[in-house]
Amino acid sequence: MKRDITNLEPGVQVPTTVAPVTEDQRYIGASVPRGGIERLTQGLGQYIDDIELPRMAHVAFWRSPVAHMRIKAVHADTARAMPGVLLVADGHDLAKVCKPWVAVLGHLAGMKSAPQHALAVDRACWQGEPVVAVVAETRAQAEDALQHITVDYEELPLATDMETALDAATPLIHPELGDNLCFTRSLDVGEVDRVFAEADAVAEATFEFGRHTGVTLEPRAQIAHWNPAEQRLTVYHSFQAPHMMQDLYGRQFDLPASAIRVVCKDVGGSFGIKVHAYPDDFATVALSILLGRPVKFVADRLESFTSDIHARHHRVKARIAVNQSGEILGFDMDDLTGIGPYSMFPRTSAIEGNQVVNLVGGPYKHKHYRAKLNVVFQNKTPTCQYRGVGHPIACAVTEALVDLAAQKIGMDPLKIRELNVIPDDAYPTTGASGIKLEVLSHEASLKKLRELMNYDALRAEQAALRQQGIHRGIGFATVIELTNPSAAFYGVGGARIASQDGATVRLDPEGDITVLVGVGEQGQGTEGIYRQIAADAVGVDITKVKVLTGDTDVTPYGGGTWASRGAGVGGEAVLLAGQALRENILKVAAVMLKREAAGLAVRRDRVVDAATGEELLPLKELGRVAYFRSDTLPADFTPELMVTRHYAQRDYPFIFTNGVQASYVEVDPDTGFVKLLKHWAVEDCGRVLNPMLVDEQMRGAIVQGIGGALFEECLYDDAGLMLNANMADYLVPMSAEMPDIEVAHVMTPTRSSKLGAKGAGEAGTAGAPAAVMNAINDALAPFSACVHSQPITPEKVLRALGKVV
Amino acid sequence: MADLHPLHVTVNGQAHRCSIAPRTHLVDFLREDLGLKGSHLGCEHGVCGACTVELNGQIVRGCLTLAVQADGGSVQTIEGLSQSGVIRDLQQAFVARNALQCGFCTSGMLMAAKELVETRPEATRAEVREWISGNYCRCTGYHAIVDAICDVLRQRKETQA
Repeated sequence: MKRDITNLEPGVQVPTTVAPVTEDQRYIGASVPRGGIERLTQGLGQYIDDIELPRMAHVAFWRSPVAHMRIKAVHADTARAMPGVLLVADGHDLAKVCKPWVAVLGHLAGMKSAPQHALAVDRACWQGEPVVAVVAETRAQAEDALQHITVDYEELPLATDMETALDAATPLIHPELGDNLCFTRSLDVGEVDRVFAEADAVAEATFEFGRHTGVTLEPRAQIAHWNPAEQRLTVYHSFQAPHMMQDLYGRQFDLPASAIRVVCKDVGGSFGIKVHAYPDDFATVALSILLGRPVKFVADRLESFTSDIHARHHRVKARIAVNQSGEILGFDMDDLTGIGPYSMFPRTSAIEGNQVVNLVGGPYKHKHYRAKLNVVFQNKTPTCQYRGVGHPIACAVTEALVDLAAQKIGMDPLKIRELNVIPDDAYPTTGASGIKLEVLSHEASLKKLRELMNYDALRAEQAALRQQGIHRGIGFATVIELTNPSAAFYGVGGARIASQDGATVRLDPEGDITVLVGVGEQGQGTEGIYRQIAADAVGVDITKVKVLTGDTDVTPYGGGTWASRGAGVGGEAVLLAGQALRENILKVAAVMLKREAAGLAVRRDRVVDAATGEELLPLKELGRVAYFRSDTLPADFTPELMVTRHYAQRDYPFIFTNGVQASYVEVDPDTGFVKLLKHWAVEDCGRVLNPMLVDEQMRGAIVQGIGGALFEECLYDDAGLMLNANMADYLVPMSAEMPDIEVAHVMTPTRSSKLGAKGAGEAGTAGAPAAVMNAINDALAPFSACVHSQPITPEKVLRALGKVV
Repeated sequence: MADLHPLHVTVNGQAHRCSIAPRTHLVDFLREDLGLKGSHLGCEHGVCGACTVELNGQIVRGCLTLAVQADGGSVQTIEGLSQSGVIRDLQQAFVARNALQCGFCTSGMLMAAKELVETRPEATRAEVREWISGNYCRCTGYHAIVDAICDVLRQRKETQA
C-alpha cells in the first residue's frame, strides 16, 4: 500500500549546540518535511464539512439581531411547516436536556459571571447570541426556514462602552451580580511612587487595542451524533481540545464520559478560537439528542464574526521610570478590558487581562511594578483566549514605554534593551510581577538580532533616506512567552483541562511504529514532530512511523493544543513512550538472541550490537516472532510491544521562552500608509525539533500579530452592532502587504524535560505588534508624532501628524 | 424554491448531466452533488479564495459562480489537477517548503499559483505576492508559499531552457 509519507527524505542533521537526546539521533532537530500533508495539497483532507453521515440533518441558528433584548415570543409555525424542517427549538426546549454553565476559575479570586445556556433563555445579551435553532434535512432548507422565524422582542438598555461599564448610570447586564465587574486584580511590589519620584525620566502613554478575532479559514464546525440504540454520543468537531469537550458534554448533558467520543480530524485553523465551548456546540449536541440522528453545524462567515470569540480589547494607561544611565527602574500600569456579557466556558475571559498583569515589564530586571486590572462585562461578543493571550498587549505596552524612555534620555533603543534585559546567567529567577523564569537567553538573542539585521548599516540607511524625505523606522520588541503550562494554569482553578498529556507507542509485526497522542494536529506540524521524535526514540526510519491523534476513544487522555504545549508536553510524552518501547524491544531481542539487553541497541530498524554496530535482528523479524510465534519464547516471558507514558510539566507554573523581533517600515507622511519592508525574529524555544516548522510558526504568528497592529478590528456602533462582520470589511494581512520575515534560533533547552523543547506558537504574535508600532513611531519621530492605538490605520497616522483632525 | 434547471458540465474530464436548483453555487454543486470536497468554503462572499476552481481554463470563485453558469463548460478542481499531475511540481514544492499548515486554503492557493506559473513565467517575488493576494492564508505568513511558487517558476524555466 502506498503510504502518504513517501515524500519524506532522511533527515539532514542541522548543526546544534545542544547534545542529542537519543542514542542515534537523525530526525530531531532536522528540517524534515511534514509527512501526511501531500493529501492536503491534493484536496483530500477531511474537515468537518467534508463529512457526511447517513440521516445527517443540518442546523441553522436564528441569532439575536440586537445587542440586548428580552425575548417575548418565538413564532415558528410557518418555519415548522417548511419543506425538510425537522425541529425548531428555543432556549427553554434545550434547557431541558443541557444544563447551564458559569465560567469562573477558583484561583482568580472574586471572579464572577452569570449562568449561560445553549440557546438564550428569555434574554439575549449580544448581537449574534443564538436564540432559536432550526434543523432540516439540508442546510438550504434550514436557512430557508430561518427566514420564517419571527421573534417578538423588547430591546433592553445597553452597556457597551468598557470605559463606563462600572459607572452607576450604566445598566447592569446581570443585575444579580451587583455590578458589571467580572474580575479585578491589583499588584504592587512596593516603592513604585518613590521610584517614579526619584527617576531621571518618566515616560507615559495611553494605549488602545482594538477588538479582533481569529478568522480561522475553516469556520467552527461540528457534527453531533446521538445514537439512541447505543446511548452513545459521537461528536466530530473542528477543535483543539477533544478530551476537554468529552468531559464538558458529559457534565452538561449528564452522560458518563464513557458514552462520549469526540473526534477531531483535519482542523482548518484554530489559534485559540477552537479551544472554547460555545453555546452552539452544546445546542448542536442537544438537537441531536432530541432528534436521535446526526446534526451538522457549520458557522457561516457572517455568524463567525459575531459568535467566534473576540479578543484583545484593552485600554492601558502606563508609565515607565528610568535613570539617565538607561537603567529601567519600574513600570506602573492600569489595564481595562471589556469581555462581552459572559465569561467564556471553561477557560474564562479573565485570563487575558491577568496575563497582561503578569507580563508587563517581563523581559527586564526592574524591581518595582504596580498594576491594576479591571475586566468588565459589556453587550458585545464574548472575548477569550486567542493566540498569544495577553502577550501582544503586555509586549506592546512594555516595548513602547522602553522606546519612549530611550527617547527621553537620548539612548539607542537597541542599547537600552541590551542594558536592561535579565542577563543570561541570572536564571532561574523571578520577574517583578512574580513570574518564575527558568532559563532565558535575552542577551544572546539580542546579539544575534543585531548581527542578523546588520543594525548599524540599517540605521545609516535610514538616516540617509531621511535626508531625501523618505521616512523609515526601525522598531524592536523583546518578548517572553509562556509555554508548557502546568496545572497552575487551569487545573488549580477547578477547570477540568488536562495539563498532562500521554503517548502510546506500538511496534507492529512488520516493524512499523504506531503512535497515539492526546495532542492533535492543527496545522503546526505537531504530528510531524511526533513522527520525528518517535523515529529517533525507538530507532526506526521515519517512514515507518504513523501518528494518530484527535480521537478520545483511541488516544491517551490529554489537554490538546493550547498555550504552546504540543512540542514541550506532548513531545516529551512521545519521547518517553518511544524510549520505553525501545527498552522493551531490547528485552525481547535479548531473549531471542540469548544475549544481555545491555549490550544491544536499536538502530535503523534493526537490533544491533551496541559496541560494534553489527546487525543482529531486523525489527520485522522480532515482530514476527513476538506476535505470531510466542511458542518459541520462554514460558515466563511475554513481549510488551505497546507502551504508554505520560508527562506533565510540574517544575514551574509555565516554561517561559524568549525572543526578540525587529521591524523595518516606511511611513508615507502624506497618506499615512505604512509599508512593511522587512521583519526579523530571533527566537529561543529550547531544543528546536524542526527548524523549518518553527520558522513558519514564527512567520505565521508574526503575520497574525501584524494583523492586529495594522488592520484587524471588530468595529461596533453605539447600539452594540458589529459594523464590519464580513471578510471584505474586516481586513486581515494578505501576501502583498506582508514583508519577508527572517528567522534565527537560539537554543536554551528547558531542564524540566528530557527533550528540552519549549513552545513556539505564539511568540510571533506576541512581539510583532510592538515591533511594528515602535518602527512606525521611529519613522514619525522627526515629526514629533507618535501613535499608540492599534490597529494603526492611515487615518490614525495622519491624526498623529496633525493632518487630520 | 425555483424549479430545477438542466445542467450539462464536464468536471475533471468527466461529463455530468443533472438537474440543479438555479441558486446552487458552483462550489456547492462540486462538493455536495459530486462529492469533490477539495474546494473549500471559507467566506461565501468571494473574498478568501478557498473555493477557487478553474472554469473554462480560468480561475473563478466557486462561491460567487452559479453552477448553471458552468452549463456547457468545463471545470477543473484540485482533484482533477492532482489526478492529471499537471501541478505535481507545485504540490511537491508546497510540501518541501512547508507552504501550508492547516491546508484549508491550499486547494485555492494552488489553483491561483497554477494560473500564475502558466501565464506569468517571469513573475518576480513581488509579483507572486501580489498575485496570491486574492487568497487568504491565516497560518503560514505567506513567506513559504511565495518561496514554493518561486521555486517552481525557477524550475520550470530551467526545464524549458
